[in-house]
Amino acid sequence: MSRVGVKKTYKLYIGGQFPRSESGRSYAALGADGEVLARVAQGSRKDLRDAVRIARGAQESWVGRTGYNRGQILYRIAETLEDRAGTFVEQLMATGSTKKQASDEVAASVDRMVWYAGWADKFAQIFGNLNPVSGPFFNISSPEATGVVGVIAPEEPGLLGLVSRLAPVLVPGNTTVVLASEKNPMPAITFTEVLDTSDVPGGVVNVLTGFKDELIPWLADHMDVNAVDAGGATREQATRVQEGAVHNVKRVVLPSSNGADQSPYRIAAFTETKTVWHPKGL
Amino acid sequence: MAITRIPDTSHEPLLWEYAASRESADIVSLDEKYGLFIDGELRAPKSRKYFPTINPASEEELAQVAEAGKADVDDAVASARTAYEDVWGPMAPAERAKYIFRIARMIQERSRELAVLETLDGGKPIKESRDVDLPLVAGHFFYYAGWADKLEYAFPGITPKPLGVAGQVIPWNFPMLMLAWKVAPALAAGNTVVLKPAETTPLTALVFAELTAEAGLPPGVLNVVTGAGGTGSLVVTHDDVDKVAFTGSTAVGKLIQSELAGTSKRLTLELGGKGAHVIFEDAPLDQAVEGVINGIFFNQGHVCCAGSRLFVEESIHDRFVDKLKRRLNTLRVGDPMDKNTDIGAINSRAQLEKIEELVDSGRSEGAEIFQPDCELPTSGFFFRPTLFTGVSQSHRIAQEEIFGPVLSILSFRTPEEAVEKANNTPYGLSAGIWTTKGSRILWMADRMKAGVVWANTFNKFDPSSPFGGYKESGFGREGGRHGLLAYMDLGET
Amino acid sequence: MTLAPARSSVLPDRITTPTLRTFLRGVPSVDEVGASERVAALSTRSIKKESKRAALDLMIRMMDLTTLEGKDTPGKVVQMCAKAYRPDPTDASIPSVAAVCVYPNMVPYAVQATEGTGIYVASVATYFPSGLSDTKLKIEETKKVVADGADEVDMVIDRGAFLAGEYFKVFDEIRRTKEACGDAHLKVILETGELETLDNVRRASMLAMAAGGDFIKTSTGKVSPAATLPVTLVMLEAIRDFHDATGVQVGMKPAGGIRTSKDAMKYLLVLNETLGEAWMTPDWFRFGASSLLNDVLMQIRFQETGRYSSPDYFTKD
Repeated sequence: MSRVGVKKTYKLYIGGQFPRSESGRSYAALGADGEVLARVAQGSRKDLRDAVRIARGAQESWVGRTGYNRGQILYRIAETLEDRAGTFVEQLMATGSTKKQASDEVAASVDRMVWYAGWADKFAQIFGNLNPVSGPFFNISSPEATGVVGVIAPEEPGLLGLVSRLAPVLVPGNTTVVLASEKNPMPAITFTEVLDTSDVPGGVVNVLTGFKDELIPWLADHMDVNAVDAGGATREQATRVQEGAVHNVKRVVLPSSNGADQSPYRIAAFTETKTVWHPKGL
Repeated sequence: MAITRIPDTSHEPLLWEYAASRESADIVSLDEKYGLFIDGELRAPKSRKYFPTINPASEEELAQVAEAGKADVDDAVASARTAYEDVWGPMAPAERAKYIFRIARMIQERSRELAVLETLDGGKPIKESRDVDLPLVAGHFFYYAGWADKLEYAFPGITPKPLGVAGQVIPWNFPMLMLAWKVAPALAAGNTVVLKPAETTPLTALVFAELTAEAGLPPGVLNVVTGAGGTGSLVVTHDDVDKVAFTGSTAVGKLIQSELAGTSKRLTLELGGKGAHVIFEDAPLDQAVEGVINGIFFNQGHVCCAGSRLFVEESIHDRFVDKLKRRLNTLRVGDPMDKNTDIGAINSRAQLEKIEELVDSGRSEGAEIFQPDCELPTSGFFFRPTLFTGVSQSHRIAQEEIFGPVLSILSFRTPEEAVEKANNTPYGLSAGIWTTKGSRILWMADRMKAGVVWANTFNKFDPSSPFGGYKESGFGREGGRHGLLAYMDLGET
Repeated sequence: MTLAPARSSVLPDRITTPTLRTFLRGVPSVDEVGASERVAALSTRSIKKESKRAALDLMIRMMDLTTLEGKDTPGKVVQMCAKAYRPDPTDASIPSVAAVCVYPNMVPYAVQATEGTGIYVASVATYFPSGLSDTKLKIEETKKVVADGADEVDMVIDRGAFLAGEYFKVFDEIRRTKEACGDAHLKVILETGELETLDNVRRASMLAMAAGGDFIKTSTGKVSPAATLPVTLVMLEAIRDFHDATGVQVGMKPAGGIRTSKDAMKYLLVLNETLGEAWMTPDWFRFGASSLLNDVLMQIRFQETGRYSSPDYFTKD
């Protein structure tokens, strides 16, 4: 007799915890053949509200860490990701990737995370500037995290898309609320377990699974979200983000302004340049 | 032995009134009517509409200015597009640089005329337009001219490419300086421009446009369409405009952001502010007084980065406020053309009414008002420099941008409290810190949610220094290397 | 031995170097860039017509016409006194200067030459310009110039002691000199060119005022830089703070390097907009200068004739 397997419950990731949706809802994540892989939590506007509140609470401490420390934590994510490669390959294959495609995607995701980890203690040197003003002043510009950033992860590829959008947002010290791929949410959920075991402080990354059309308006309109990476949004969804952004002058990165997936300008898009002046005198 | 005479102290002091010292307006010769600057020449608007622009210090009409309608904006954008594709885009960057250098030099040559016109049309004191605005305007063009053929060094990994046609809408508080902040980097990066100046201060932009023609700038590279908000909207929503840059109120900025929703036009916004100015007990107090005065009364307080909220450490609150009040009494309010005027005219009747309304709210909310009893001119729009003490965070005058010579004074006890109160606003443009303790300056500067932090100084600007806000104060930076990014394609190698 | 009471309302009960150090640390710091900006801004004021004429007249009335040269002789001093009384022999409307300022040996000649003119005689003392001598000798010198008829004494502080942190020594010397002055007014020269920082200038100003100086003065004229606008601003601000704290009014004398009426105008502007009308009198402000006078006279002549004048038309002494 074969043993009865124990199935996992796929939940949200908010504040370093794995709650169910407060709405009590879930939806079926389907495999390539249309079979139900699992039921995953269907996040609600209240879950999103909680996630934003927690992300805001975590931001001061995350940005207050040194770049070196954030870099180490991001590198630790890469280590744990590599360690869980098997699970990710299985999940990617379940949604239609070949074994090779899945392995390549996982490898690329690990490498991308390592690449961004290395930027944490360097990006300010590239995007900052000592400005030679014409007067007796010390004048320096440096990039700072924008604050709380909503990340709309691409539908495809399930893991690499998420990592590519999330990592650059974390590098300068933003905290995030991520809307996972709607049709392929399993890698994102497994990724939250990676985060949870990689020294990432609770609340720095919050991941909601659910229906983007339901959640995006609440994210777009939220007055305590400073920026949204709409890279994984449809054209209509991106427009909805732009419309909501108006309420508090959110910064919006559009799918059309993607640029390269692996670029320090991705980091720069979620920073604010602060310029500090001080007189030089006796 | 001689007897020492005790020096007496009975000489009558001199009550020294400064005689009027008016800058001559003769250097400016205005046309009765101005057309739109399209394709290298001033031309009558197809709209056939004109509106008057007045001197806010006298309420006298200076000239009639065209109001650009849809057909006019279409022409301007088409001219900019053609110039971009045929001339300015393909031009060798070093050649573009020389045009911009030439413009910088011509601004210096005509700086007195432009300063006088700026003051006549906008109401700011001549000493400011002469000593601050115009030198910075020339400086901006000079700075960005040098970038035009060095763009490949500006941003690692990026092949410099312009965006195309930039639609730029600028405000009335620093008409020429805001023009420079927008036009200089746009041209240096290889874009062409359609500029919409503010309706109350269009004249220097038109004279500047003529100056560029005189400089030989190819037709269409710069177009100036005058008008009010409707014209601005036509510019920013035009399908063939690739990049929109706006400086002005947060309300209008939001409107533009919403007009652009659904498009992928590049946008930068430089919006309002409610700058916090924090004074610690160990500050260089007399320089801090000057910093606070300059922070709120420079340009009648029509400054988005004005230090309009003052936080004074409780232990020196009363002493500092006394010093401020005494200083307020020495401010000279009046004729902007008088070289000794410190505070000139409020830019428009509408702005004056807005200031009056908010000051009334401060009174009725229970804050205590202080104004020097200086005489104000009988015509024109003027407002006394004003302090409010006993202000609470919840008062409207501590929250809303007044954009006038009105300072709200609050107190704090600890650095943490100062930071918390300073950041307790949807805006995030500027902040000031006064303390002699170096480590505290850096600690505070790290925590201020503001794009520009002035420590032991205030209201300093430089072409090489990036400027722009956090949160509802907008996004993108103007000035410095960062200012180029707003006008460049991010396509990477 | 009892001394004249110090202006104790700003001072601790027991005056020692440590308590003075604490007192001076409480003096607000000065940002040099900000102070320079302030005077630069005031320097752009444009003073015309009758307000210019009033200022030019006041400059003369505020002048300590000075000769402090090793080659000074009674003859030179007497000639200068004549110039001090009638700066422009062709124009009786031109006022006399406030005082003449000379070396100790010249005091008797100056006293004689100014008799009945209302012009005060100021003498430098305390081993001017270095001040590097025993306190006892400095006091003796002060007593001598006062006995010879000096109405005002311009002393120098011990900069070495100040920079070495020996505040009581500096304080005590000023206090004793003040006592030795009797009824004569004491101007305390800080020699700001040797103090170098504006923080030092401000602290030395407070120390000098607390110790009893009637005026504080920038410079001996023998050290470069002598008077500057930022230094003068900072000293005026110290005077304002001292007045706020004690109610005692102290005068100000920039000296050295002020050669043109255009320069002097800037000092008056800084004075007028820092301390205000109450100080706009020779009782509370003096210019220590020698060549300034003729430049002011040339400006007045220009105002009256509308033609730029020439030094040939003004007497040297």
